[in-house]
Amino acid sequence: MRQVLARAIGGVAVLGLIAGATACNKPTTSGGGSTGGNSKCGYELAFFGALTGPSANLGINIEQGYELAIEQYNQKNGANCIAVKKFDTQGSEAVAPGVARNLVADKKVIGVLGPPFSGETAASGPIFEAASIPFVTPSATRVSLSANGWKTFHRAVGNDDSQGPAAAAYIKNVMKPSKAFVADDQSAYGAGLADIVKKTLGSTVVGTDKTEGEGRQTDFSGLVQKVVQSQATVFFYGGYYTNGGLIRKQLTSAGWKGTLVGGDGMKDPGLSKASGNAAAKGTVVTCPCSPPEAAGGTFVKDYKAKWNVDAGTYSDVAFDVANLFLQGIDQGNTAPDKMNTYLSTVTYKGIANTYKFTDKGELDPQYIKVWAFVFDATGNTKADQEIKKA
Amino acid sequence: MNFSGLIGNFGPLTITGLAQGAIIALFALGYTLVYGVLRLINFAHSEVFLLGTYACLILWGLFGLDQNSATPSGFVVLVYLLMGLVAAIIASGITALMVELVAYRPLRRRNAPPLAFLITAIGASLAISESVGVVTKRNVRGVPPLVVQKDLFVVGNMHVTNLQVLIIVLALASMFILDRFINQSRLGRGIRAVAQSPDSAALMGVNKGRVISLVFLLGGLMAGIAAVMYDLKIGVTRFDAGFLLGIEAFTAAVMGGIGNLRGALLGGLLLGVLQNYAAGLFGTEWLHAVAFVLLVLILLIRPTGLLGESLGRARA
Repeated sequence: MRQVLARAIGGVAVLGLIAGATACNKPTTSGGGSTGGNSKCGYELAFFGALTGPSANLGINIEQGYELAIEQYNQKNGANCIAVKKFDTQGSEAVAPGVARNLVADKKVIGVLGPPFSGETAASGPIFEAASIPFVTPSATRVSLSANGWKTFHRAVGNDDSQGPAAAAYIKNVMKPSKAFVADDQSAYGAGLADIVKKTLGSTVVGTDKTEGEGRQTDFSGLVQKVVQSQATVFFYGGYYTNGGLIRKQLTSAGWKGTLVGGDGMKDPGLSKASGNAAAKGTVVTCPCSPPEAAGGTFVKDYKAKWNVDAGTYSDVAFDVANLFLQGIDQGNTAPDKMNTYLSTVTYKGIANTYKFTDKGELDPQYIKVWAFVFDATGNTKADQEIKKA
Repeated sequence: MNFSGLIGNFGPLTITGLAQGAIIALFALGYTLVYGVLRLINFAHSEVFLLGTYACLILWGLFGLDQNSATPSGFVVLVYLLMGLVAAIIASGITALMVELVAYRPLRRRNAPPLAFLITAIGASLAISESVGVVTKRNVRGVPPLVVQKDLFVVGNMHVTNLQVLIIVLALASMFILDRFINQSRLGRGIRAVAQSPDSAALMGVNKGRVISLVFLLGGLMAGIAAVMYDLKIGVTRFDAGFLLGIEAFTAAVMGGIGNLRGALLGGLLLGVLQNYAAGLFGTEWLHAVAFVLLVLILLIRPTGLLGESLGRARA
């Protein structure tokens, strides 16, 4: 009898859970219903990227820039005109494809801002391409992404082919070390960057190593040992900010006095959070972006007012890309295929840069900028200088 | 393969490996104790450790310490370290007891098959880790610089730092005390009795339920100590900190002979050192791969691990 009762209660509980879950899944916003006749309204622009996970900070920077642009647009065109749709990939190439399938099932989405990272872009690009939904990444820099023949792919920043040589040029011409050490995290992004730096620096590189991927290793004593032993004064690490911060901390603990250099994946306060501000100070990161604080218009002020934090890396590019889409909607490109044609022809001047895409979806080379940034004593990055093209 | 790198860095790789191994060894005790008594692999032990790493940080945070704080002066550091240890030990100990009470005891009462225990163990582990992930937004949490690493002595190119010595000494001391406790105290005798034969022990008047709780508690205490040392050594923690280290600790326990306390120590130190040698020889990316190939090789030669499988049996 007790068993029967237990089963009955269990069954009711399960039913309750299912009911609860379906209730949660019901769409809570009704798109642009409230604005009625406005033909610009009722569409969705999607953010697709990490909002949680070990590298979420970058995704959040981008999402906030995107949301700010849509909010400003909606102030002009009516509340809820364009709906904000967030798709959290956790920055994981394993999670992203499933999320992408959910996204393309939403027929109101006419453009995607994202994905932020190269791995998840490679994994979810085919799904967007098959659904003919245009997507613009504000930050995925792996070179091969544009070689897939995707018609819907666009990249609003320079790729690693521009960032790698620039990082190497900065090391060579500004830091001028006699010995450098290069390592990467074996990710497509990190290894790609490190390989270009290795090639460009040539015989200055006295040692190399590889680590586990972002968030998969905490003890770097083997690597630290090699760096210290190599007597290098500059250490380029191709990877992301959590590993970068841990490595910097452990290098400092081991008494290494040299400078850590990395790509845009390490340009994040998460690095100084992991390492402590004192250890992070002086770390150089390159970025195919210009300093957000140098963005034109009232962007910096507006961003701070809305989010109560300073605009981060790629926040400004994300803001531009969102506005690029919104201008497309303004011009009547309210279907994914029309939007895609618009993207392939438009020259758009935003607050951070001017955007024009090549037939492969790359940013036109004349608009690519690479800057060097340095971590200051408060754990934030300050613009150092624009790196001259070699 | 970089033999000159391994030979040139042999000293430094050994000492950093020993420090890492000491943490793994303390962590491994929890697996070994529980397995020795219950023949159960307590996968949730990695989260027992995880909550320890957070407990001391939260306590230090109450005193306004974070990764950007200045290092306090000598005596104050000692007080902070002791308080951190106590907080971590309490948090880990309570977590271990709770896991036993919530996830395992009800199953044992109903004579559930071993597979059910395995799945609840994995479930408890994931549930705790993911909850911590959600609460902390999956961000890392930095550790205040309580111990500034300084060279204590130098042999060749091997710089032995104060932190490394602290970790190794603390680990060995805890292991020694635990070993004495199991082998000489009355409660320890109870543990060994249950490990040998639960039914006979029960007939002799040993309270099995209490012994099992005690075993989980002891494993939790050791994990708490390991957690503080991990914080000091690595400098950050986050929701999945226990996962990889947990697998390493479990490996160390099996390598030394699961169920065997001294085996866990040997396995832990050996694994730490071997991983570092592998990193030196093949590159850091081979660290885990090589360690686990070695594990297979060791088990091929000694299927019960280096020191054999026993909590009660061999040295009863």
